[in-house]
Amino acid sequence: MTVGDLAELAARNLREAVLRNSLTTMGIAVGVASLVAMLSLGVGLQNLVNRRLERSGLFDSVLVRPSPQITGRPADGFGGNPQPQTPAVPPRPLDVAARRNLEQIAHVVEVYPDLRFTADVRFGDQGRITQAVSLPSSAAGSDSLEGMQGHFFSAPDAHEMILQLDLATELAGLGHLQPQDLLGKNLTLRYAGRQPLPPSPPGAAKNAEDSLSPDEAALGFSIVSAEIPLRVVGIVDAEANQSAGGGLRRSGVYMPLDLVEKLGIVEGRDMGEVVTNSAAGRGGGYSNLTVRVDSPANIPIVEAAITQMGFAAFSLLDVTTRLREVFAILDMLLGMFGSLALAVASLGIINTLVMAILERRREIGVFKALGASDRDVRQLFFAEAGVMGLAGGAAGVALGWAIGRVIQFVAQIYLRRQSIPVENVWTVPWWLAVGGIAFALVVSLIAGIYPASRAAQLDPVEALRYE
Amino acid sequence: MTQNPPTSDLAIHADRLVRHYKMGDAVIRAVDGVSLEVPQGQFLALLGASGSGKSSLMNLFAGLDHATGGAVFVLGKDLGKMNGAEISRHRNQTIGMVFQSFNLLPRMNVMENIELPLRLAEVPRSERPARVRQAAERVGLTARLSHRPGELSGGEQQRVAIARALVNRPRILLADEPTGNLDSRTGQEILALITAINCPADGQPPTTVVMVTHERALAERYAHRMITLADGRLASDERQMKEVTS
Repeated sequence: MTVGDLAELAARNLREAVLRNSLTTMGIAVGVASLVAMLSLGVGLQNLVNRRLERSGLFDSVLVRPSPQITGRPADGFGGNPQPQTPAVPPRPLDVAARRNLEQIAHVVEVYPDLRFTADVRFGDQGRITQAVSLPSSAAGSDSLEGMQGHFFSAPDAHEMILQLDLATELAGLGHLQPQDLLGKNLTLRYAGRQPLPPSPPGAAKNAEDSLSPDEAALGFSIVSAEIPLRVVGIVDAEANQSAGGGLRRSGVYMPLDLVEKLGIVEGRDMGEVVTNSAAGRGGGYSNLTVRVDSPANIPIVEAAITQMGFAAFSLLDVTTRLREVFAILDMLLGMFGSLALAVASLGIINTLVMAILERRREIGVFKALGASDRDVRQLFFAEAGVMGLAGGAAGVALGWAIGRVIQFVAQIYLRRQSIPVENVWTVPWWLAVGGIAFALVVSLIAGIYPASRAAQLDPVEALRYE
Repeated sequence: MTQNPPTSDLAIHADRLVRHYKMGDAVIRAVDGVSLEVPQGQFLALLGASGSGKSSLMNLFAGLDHATGGAVFVLGKDLGKMNGAEISRHRNQTIGMVFQSFNLLPRMNVMENIELPLRLAEVPRSERPARVRQAAERVGLTARLSHRPGELSGGEQQRVAIARALVNRPRILLADEPTGNLDSRTGQEILALITAINCPADGQPPTTVVMVTHERALAERYAHRMITLADGRLASDERQMKEVTS
């Protein structure tokens, strides 16, 4: 028989015992729904964690340092593990030119330094010593700033600052205010700045050099106290966000990166170089650069390219790889539990088709008398199992999706009540919908093997005698 | 066991055909060494008491059952040497079967019942309506094509069954007690129809008919030849002086 005739006869046969076949199909639908529900939860949670990790900036970034030969000390990773990839080519300084080169690597979104310095934040005539840190514009979408009062910097070089909650509380206390009262106020930030040495007039070259200390002559700058007014635009509880997996290092003040670079601040590293008198590698150099990559999947490519350029590179890719393995196991377990219901449903298919054989015994005999081969009869029962599987699979995916929407709705209410940002914990990807229907079809066909074979092997003479 | 080679003008050739069944320790000799030759175009009636082996012999001709001894040739082909697919094709293309209880599928209408052998033969859908209508015309049922079997009389149902048996234009029609469930008058109408199929007046090729019946009077009236079976063996073979179209 042709496929069209098989499908037509199968659909006709299923319609004849519509209640029983509908119940069997519903059994399959419930099985598929449980499978889809379980896996959707697994996929949703995995996506949630991935989103969190991506937004933390830790897992799509590579930390670049000068190679150990440049710094003269071993390069350590985050907590010593994983170990950095050491370059196989001659080392080179991590300077402005190197930063430009890093920006040219494929899949690199941005390259920025991690500038931090000691600063005195003054409110009125009193102040607090704290650490200031630069933030790139891309940090605006970071989980680290989740729950921040106020807003992110209006421009990459805006004269604005974000205060850490503790510092804001301290400063506000000086004026008997609440921390949020500082939003929009201008505070003064004092810092140690570099002042380039004035160019020596040709005639006075000798006298000028005579007036400088040997260290000053080697470094080429003076350290001066400088200050700048900055408007408070945000207050963030960095400690709370760190415990949530955020990537913001605890500091009192966060400032726009471009502004910090323009200020010519003196970093702690500069002082170390003054002490060790190792200024040979200076000239706009960085202690480290953060390279942000478009996707965690491209981290290995970018790391390899950075190493080829002569720098040491670090990433937390291994952690995400292990995390994916954990989720793969979780998905497998959820899928197994979800499949149990489908396995039970498959018994329903066997039962329904065996009942159909008993009821249609004579009909099978007539079919054979009219020329139906064993194969035709087998295919007819397979087609019936397949139609139930397809219909049950489609209904199951729809049911699973509906269950997911309900769970998502309830979860959102719960998260809101717990003052936790609402997240999508439920995802039904297209492959799961298609896979769910295909899986139901396969399970149904497997369940149909026994009844179909039994029907095909019926003795036509016996079947025609059956009343 | 040696088997006589079939001749080409025979519709059916049974050569010491045996069908024994085992029931526990007992052996049921349903067909016990029957040899017969049915020429093409003949109307053969198989007579005998219940349990004499008539239907068993017919099932062997139809390929619904397999012989435990001897051989049966249909249009020169040994059914015992056919595989499952070939036997199915034989039932679908070479023979048409009519049963005492009609065996129509109750949830299909007349048209769909008649169409069923065409589906099994994978005849293109576009050709089927004409073929069905042609078969229905032969049995005089074109007005009832959309009716379900339950809406028809016994005679009409048997006509549908005959149309279904004829739709693939078989060379042989096997009828197992076709009048058994019908009243006398309707039974005669059905046998007149079968006779018309056996010897068509419109120039169509004749169809060999093998009919199982226990009504000797009807057999005498319509069949060319009457074979009586008793305990699975040939008890008598009577030929009547009727013209056989070949």
